[in-house]
Amino acid sequence: MLQKTYDKIDSIGRSILSIKAKGVHNKELAEVIYPNGDKAFAQVIAINNEDVTLQLFSGGFGVSTNCKIRFLGKPIQVGFSDDMLGRVYSGNGKPIDGGPELLTDMVRIAGPSINPVKRLIPKEMIRTGVPMIDVFNTLVRSQKIPIFAKAGEPYNRLLANIATQTDADVIIIGGVGLKYDEFHYFRQRIEEAGSKSKTIMFVHTHRDSIVEGLMVPDLALAVGEKFALQGKNVFVLLSDMTQWSDYLRQVANAQDQIPANQGYPGDLYSQLASRYEKAADIDGAGSLTILGVTTMDDITHPVPDNTGYITEGQFYMKDGYLELFGSLSRLKQQVNDTTREDHRSIMSVMARLLSEAEERVKAQKFGSVKDDYSFRLLDYRKTFQKELMDPFRYLELEDALDLCWDILARYFKKEEVGLSSKLIESFWPKEGQYKILKPHNNE
Amino acid sequence: MDKQQAIGKVVSVNESLVGVITTQGAVMNGEVAYIVIEDGKRLKSEVIDVKAGQFVYLQVFEDTSWMKAGDLVEFSGLLLTVKLGPGILGSVTDGLQNPLYELAKKEWFLERGLEVEPLDNKTKWHFTPTANKGEFVTGGDVLGAVPEKIFKHKIFVPFSLQGVFELIEIAPEGDYTIDETIAKIKDKTGAVQELTMAFEWPVKMAMPFYQRSVPDKPMPTGIRILDALFPIAYGGTACNPGPFGAGKTVLQHSLAKYSQADIVIIAACGERAGEAVEVFKDFPKLLDPRTGKSLMDRTYIVGNTSSMPVAAREASVYLATTVGEYYRKQGLNVLILADSTSRWAQALRETSGRKEEIPGPEAFPMYISTLISAFYDRAGVEILKDGSSGSLSIIGTVSPAGGNFDEPVTQATLLSTGAFWGLSRALSDARKYPAIDRIDSNSKYPSLLKKEEVAYLLELLRDGKSIASNILLMGEKGITDETYIRYQKAELLDAVFLQQNSFDEVDGVSNPNRLRIMCDMILKIIDAPLNLKGKDKIRSHFNFVRQAFLDWNYMKIDDANFDEQHSKLLNLIKQRAHVTEDL
Ligand SMILES: Nc1ncnc2c1ncn2[C@@H]1O[C@H](COP(=O)(O)OP(=O)(O)O)[C@@H](O)[C@H]1O
Ligand SMILES: [Mg+2]
Repeated sequence: MLQKTYDKIDSIGRSILSIKAKGVHNKELAEVIYPNGDKAFAQVIAINNEDVTLQLFSGGFGVSTNCKIRFLGKPIQVGFSDDMLGRVYSGNGKPIDGGPELLTDMVRIAGPSINPVKRLIPKEMIRTGVPMIDVFNTLVRSQKIPIFAKAGEPYNRLLANIATQTDADVIIIGGVGLKYDEFHYFRQRIEEAGSKSKTIMFVHTHRDSIVEGLMVPDLALAVGEKFALQGKNVFVLLSDMTQWSDYLRQVANAQDQIPANQGYPGDLYSQLASRYEKAADIDGAGSLTILGVTTMDDITHPVPDNTGYITEGQFYMKDGYLELFGSLSRLKQQVNDTTREDHRSIMSVMARLLSEAEERVKAQKFGSVKDDYSFRLLDYRKTFQKELMDPFRYLELEDALDLCWDILARYFKKEEVGLSSKLIESFWPKEGQYKILKPHNNE
Repeated sequence: MDKQQAIGKVVSVNESLVGVITTQGAVMNGEVAYIVIEDGKRLKSEVIDVKAGQFVYLQVFEDTSWMKAGDLVEFSGLLLTVKLGPGILGSVTDGLQNPLYELAKKEWFLERGLEVEPLDNKTKWHFTPTANKGEFVTGGDVLGAVPEKIFKHKIFVPFSLQGVFELIEIAPEGDYTIDETIAKIKDKTGAVQELTMAFEWPVKMAMPFYQRSVPDKPMPTGIRILDALFPIAYGGTACNPGPFGAGKTVLQHSLAKYSQADIVIIAACGERAGEAVEVFKDFPKLLDPRTGKSLMDRTYIVGNTSSMPVAAREASVYLATTVGEYYRKQGLNVLILADSTSRWAQALRETSGRKEEIPGPEAFPMYISTLISAFYDRAGVEILKDGSSGSLSIIGTVSPAGGNFDEPVTQATLLSTGAFWGLSRALSDARKYPAIDRIDSNSKYPSLLKKEEVAYLLELLRDGKSIASNILLMGEKGITDETYIRYQKAELLDAVFLQQNSFDEVDGVSNPNRLRIMCDMILKIIDAPLNLKGKDKIRSHFNFVRQAFLDWNYMKIDDANFDEQHSKLLNLIKQRAHVTEDL
């Protein structure tokens, strides 16, 4: 392939470079060749006559006007082979685990989306053992769903739990802006669970360039998609997509794009969507499920906001608990009608009562809670939190459903909960006989 | 149209915006152009700006990777059009009318440069002529009809033909494909044109109304809170803005299933592919109670979902609208559901930003409100030439950033639509679906209920809300029993009438008849005197009523228990009306 080298660099920015060149393709891969012979990758992102703008994989720092640019005549690709299982790669697709570079097939990244008619309607529940997920916001194969949490919450632990406790054929971890200890943690958990041989990691840490961080989801998803096309059930974990969006913002700003909200580019939604939409249950092949992390302080911030509009719900983690309000699985209704007959009803009733209880919490601030029913609601809320909202308490779905009945029976009369007489007859615990709930010390 | 087609070459590429210098021929704003890239693939695009010095901006409907300066551009001389004729119903296309099932026969992925025939040109349709040879006809006149799924599809003289033509030949009754000539017409100069059963219409051009009328007849949607309190009329417009997860899409899907429209067109614009899949894989299995046929038979889906090329979002919305106008001309009641119009607006924002236009609020282009109002203006009631009428209603979702309605797209939409269904996070968190704000929503269309009834119910809801805030401040003990009863009534109205479980076959839809029965019961409960003392007893009474009412909601109207439950409810109300002592 014809490779052209140019040296007329016009300008160098934080992660952007422009140069005069001819016959260059949009999105073509290029090499920056430093005077000392070192090389780094870059990609064409805009062309205006002979002015070509490139995104620099290793940032603009250290790039000088006497660097040369060589256009490689190919788009960005990523290796794909079964031998990649168990290995760790960086955001430019190079192994970073000390192992040998593999000779693999190369596959395109950020390819077009699958024809919707090739998608199946998701219909298979993924059991996680987390009551707030299994009972209230059931996870479904091929779902795309992030954890919304403040930085510092144990979201990576939950991510690792779900990935290792479930039945994925292939796990692909895409780490964007990972701290070293987070990277180490994932690695350790995967090894402990004996899942190493079915896991591939693409890792970008804070010391790598942001453009490499931007690449990570595309690499992880391209490889994941290939496995899915081979019939595998693939889990892709992406942590942290807020970092990713911030990198996107930095690059957009470097290109002088007009920002839409809080400096983020107007295409943030489309950019996130083209990644998350890779999740699919494919007719005649396997599936790709995406679990992400979106760190946030405020749900109306552009990153969680745009994410929520794209993903099929979110798990909202706060103070170490999985919250009911703020969490949502949009696919739950595809599966929770075939688990156990009481599942849907108990789910709604528990939620309704909890929302009533939240009203009482507000009322407490005015000192206006004085009646017995309100007090019972408040106690119910406490027990709900303690018994159900801990994401690290493992309970089978059926046990968790029984626990819900126990909690209802402890605080309410049958006619107060608004469940059908039929269900009450089958499931309401006998006086004081709880299946799961431990009796109060004072009971 | 016989001008020499223009040719040009690419000079700049910035995502979907491509700058071109024309080297030959004249260029029309809005015309379709193809960019021929290195591997010979032809990428469809549209002229969106013609500038000085032969410079033209194209927005490309495909991924622009591997394009380079100097690539050949071939202009078509034709505006972006939709092909109209029998065969649209039941199909699923992308935003440029490529049928997705046909594309899937070629590739699993939506590879670029693929185009397939928009309408099936193999199927033979049974044509019965109604016009006669020798008659004089003009654009929009009916030549005959073919049966299509659930109705008789009129075959028109193409709407774009103006002036008078002599019908010099018309095909006899028989089976024809949409490409076969079924008529020949001659204009004044003697020039002859052959007509088929299909023709094209530019998507961005609103079809002129033959005669426009006012939307004043409520369209039953099966959704109680809408039909009762915030109705939409045939030919009307409505919007349902709301934060993510509040229930916009579920609401739209319910509307698609249960609305009493003849034709439903779903524009899945820039949202999840999976949601469109649910519709086109489930609808064929569902029966439309009005026709007894598959629900898909009255449905057409345009899917340009969030990961498909952004520039085609706009086309997808207009495509849906044009098809809607066409079926309105057939004398049918058409409903367009667009989810979400914000994604279309965002696509415009992306392009506008790349063109470095002066941005308005939140970087949306200044002209966004003009485009939005022009879009909703394509809805309406039309009186047709033969005196019959058709209608096109448009219901668009809006996805405001941060769920804040104070943003340009929501605001422009509010000004352009006749009904506003604001979805609220507070209600969806409390699982009070549909989470349509009971106080802030509104509609200018007539309800299925009486005007006084609507006012009466709305007043109760407002009272309920203000009592709720008093309870919050002062506790239940701070208000009188009487006030507490009023509060419980408002809560009950909400719980058993306004709330509706979309995922339940029975509760998910209430036809006008059932709505009436339920409303009568609600009014009885509200009006019944209640002789109870003490908050606990009052609450407990309403718990029983709520339970009985909900059980009733889940019964089919022809269910043996339906009437029994009705009496049970009445008894519950009567029991408490006069007894002072607790039972
Ligand atoms: N009418 C309803 N009945 C029951 N659940 C609903 C209803 N509307 C919404 N939901 C729940 O809320 C979720 C999100 O609704 P959706 O319409 O997808 O939200 P949006 O389009 O506003 O983001 C659904 O997946 C469903 O679980
Ligand atoms: Mg939606």
